[in-house]
Amino acid sequence: MARRSHVQTTINGETVEFLCEPRQSLLEVLRDELHLTGAKEGCNNGNCGACSVILDGRLVNSCLVLGVETEGKSVETIEGLAEPDKLHPIQDAFLENAALQCGICTPGFIMSAKALLDQNPNPTEHEVRYWLAGNLCRCTGYDKIVRAVLDAAAAK
Amino acid sequence: MLENKEYKVIGTRPIRHDGVDKVTGRALYGADFQAAGLLHGRVLRSPHAHARIISIDTSRAEALPGVKGVVTAKDLPDPGDKIADLGEGAVNLKYLCDNILASDKALYKGHAVAAVAATNPHIAEEACTLIDVEYEVLPPVLEVRQAMEPDAPLLHDHIRTTSLGETADEPSNVASHIQHKLGDPEKGFAEADVIIEREFVTGTVHQGYIEPHNATAHYNQDGQLTIWCSTQGAFTVREQVAEILQYPISKIKVVPMEIGGGFGGKISVYIKPVAALLAKKTGKPVKVLMNRADVFEGTGPTPASFIRVKMGATNEGKITAAEAYLAFEAGAYPGSPVGPGAMCIFAPYNIENVIIDGYDVVVNKPKTAPYRAPGAPNAAFGSETVVDEIAEKLGIDPLEIRLLNAAKAGDRRADGPVHPRIGCIETVEAAKAHPHYTAPNGKKHHGRGVASGYWFNIGLESSVTINVNADGTINLIEGSTDIGGTRASIAMQAAEVLGISAESVNPSVVDTESVGYTAVTGGSRTTYATGYAAYEAAQDVKRQMIARAAKLWEVDEANVQFADGEFSSINGKEEQISFRDLCGRLGETGGPIVGSGTVNPGGAGGAYATHVVDVAVDEETGKVDILRYTAVQDAGKAIHPSYVEGQIQGGAVQGIGWALNEEYIYNAEGEMTNASFLDYRMPTCLDLPMIDAVIVEVPNPGHPYGVRGVGEVPIVPPMAAIANAIYDAIGVRMTELPMSPDRLLKAMGKI
Repeated sequence: MARRSHVQTTINGETVEFLCEPRQSLLEVLRDELHLTGAKEGCNNGNCGACSVILDGRLVNSCLVLGVETEGKSVETIEGLAEPDKLHPIQDAFLENAALQCGICTPGFIMSAKALLDQNPNPTEHEVRYWLAGNLCRCTGYDKIVRAVLDAAAAK
Repeated sequence: MLENKEYKVIGTRPIRHDGVDKVTGRALYGADFQAAGLLHGRVLRSPHAHARIISIDTSRAEALPGVKGVVTAKDLPDPGDKIADLGEGAVNLKYLCDNILASDKALYKGHAVAAVAATNPHIAEEACTLIDVEYEVLPPVLEVRQAMEPDAPLLHDHIRTTSLGETADEPSNVASHIQHKLGDPEKGFAEADVIIEREFVTGTVHQGYIEPHNATAHYNQDGQLTIWCSTQGAFTVREQVAEILQYPISKIKVVPMEIGGGFGGKISVYIKPVAALLAKKTGKPVKVLMNRADVFEGTGPTPASFIRVKMGATNEGKITAAEAYLAFEAGAYPGSPVGPGAMCIFAPYNIENVIIDGYDVVVNKPKTAPYRAPGAPNAAFGSETVVDEIAEKLGIDPLEIRLLNAAKAGDRRADGPVHPRIGCIETVEAAKAHPHYTAPNGKKHHGRGVASGYWFNIGLESSVTINVNADGTINLIEGSTDIGGTRASIAMQAAEVLGISAESVNPSVVDTESVGYTAVTGGSRTTYATGYAAYEAAQDVKRQMIARAAKLWEVDEANVQFADGEFSSINGKEEQISFRDLCGRLGETGGPIVGSGTVNPGGAGGAYATHVVDVAVDEETGKVDILRYTAVQDAGKAIHPSYVEGQIQGGAVQGIGWALNEEYIYNAEGEMTNASFLDYRMPTCLDLPMIDAVIVEVPNPGHPYGVRGVGEVPIVPPMAAIANAIYDAIGVRMTELPMSPDRLLKAMGKI
């Protein structure tokens, strides 16, 4: 077995230490080492966006980042989005709009939408569609997802 | 007929019960399952599309540190000649077993041949590369017409065509030939003023669920096998695993985790029996996951097909005869959905004279699996394009010709059944009246197309248990995997009966030891049949509660009535108690109340859809853009309209992908060359406009609230609707799917 490296990073505002093999992706570390299974593996090659997280303020596919690369960085995952007593407005908007069916792509879409609204609080429909094009959903046809993100922007 | 009456809960849009878990990442899907001492399994797959397996040597893999067990087909019990009955028709058990782990032949690239359990997934993957398999490579057969040729290489030596009850002498790749006939087709064509006959080809496409297949299995020392997995039906997994492993169902518990999409593709088992074999061999829990390429290459796509459709009509637009030839690729083993395709192809019309021939043909591709209205989209691409061409020849509006010939209650489908109350006409009328259809459409290279579609829907068995809580809420226990909001749509039906809010119901999807038998989430049956079982269970609760109220008031049960969430006595005493308050008094009136409902309803009621689409064709690149899309559908009664719209929108968009871009691209060796989401290229949100979902409600007499299944029919019309729109835009009839830029440029004579 490959030698494991010690990594210290920040996940959802908390300092986290873990050991991982150099070949393990951030997605694997989150899921298998830290049991944060909200990020999903749909393709493991950056095509579906189900594993989307925010790394130092930038949206990434966590399957394309190595665990060891997060040393000294800050990671935001779906698990850190809601407050103890209330959901994030994007989460509320997804529920209100019925913007999920099976839900496997939902954490990725919500993280992706958060990254969009963090930098563009009032996107047009086209901007939403352009930004979310890296996230695949097979159930909804995207209609209600796009509406949810527009609603979340309007609610802010 | 049911009135379209007012309800309190049904027809509203509550937040789904599993919603918070799913927007916070807390919902646990199959791959999220963890256990102490968990091993990780990976499957070695055939690199050849068609090859005899000479030998498999696993010794080098077994010697790799971290490897705990390796299995091959030799670890499966000998299936013999057994025919397995899995509730949906007889299946040759050897086919089922061989598709799990190939014994004598690999029949498609991606066919599983061995599997490894190791302490981590990377070691398991590495070990797979150390398994030495000797193959004798054989020529592959990759296309249905080629496979039907008398001199085509044979996949199976023993398959002989069964044709209308007769079995042929010579082996063939054609497993079966079915035929439906109504009236006198020859006479019908003789009466026609215009006859159109066209040939169509459709590609192999995948369900494309975002979550890959997964399974974790564990054997206890007492022989109890537990499987945690994503599946469309825990009981179906139990049945299939029991057959394949020849193990009693009472020793198998299947725990359904949340499921990340299925669309029919997560009914068949692939790695679940493999995980069980590895768990047995290692004595540890083993989690087997597929990667995306495994999913494309090793799990059921829906078939490519060759279709010929001939239809005749009078100058007035009356369709007098229809003929169809459907040849479907089954994949490596018999069992394509040519049957449902033949049932659906002309079902939007009342045609007196029909003949339909269907062929189920094996080819060196993955064994096909159901995909949303399996078979119907292929068939409708042909028939709905021909109807459009007839309308054009006769100068009749394409929706008008559909109205002139629309199927209605009492008409007979070509395969036999007589339609009950259906909403075919209503969907066409709603499409015709929609502002989309009446909006101008005149720009150059812009076109508008329409098409209709049918899916028969199914009933099957469902069970629901309701436990009444002291605070006036209920816990609703069900066995139907929730793929798209069915916890809500089922809970709402129980809530309606009991006069409580949707939020007062706590629905749970439980394992095979915790609820009565429940068939798959498939066939658009879940809100219909499991909802029906919930209705029955709630009626059972209501009856028991009435008895308690009667006891409390010392009156006859016949003198207690229940309305608007209140029990009251009639005839005499003026007593009243709310459902909630009575729930708090169960202890003193006899103890807890548990209601149950089981159904196997026959009145699923068919679903119809009519779609309208506007496209723009780029004449230089051949790319087609969807400008506007309206999907009208009869839902019978929409329990939760948001999730009905969601089914319509999602189905339409899968159809758009199938129409314009999706296909398995094979090289001459039979290797799929685009087995990734990047290269298979399903629609993204940037490819699409909003999808206007229009719900029509023609109540289904076969359900207490008039529900019809809604999940499948929306994928039936899009291909033909888009082909008809492309014709309207550029004057070229597309007869091959997908209508990708290269095919458009070819059809326009530009390349």
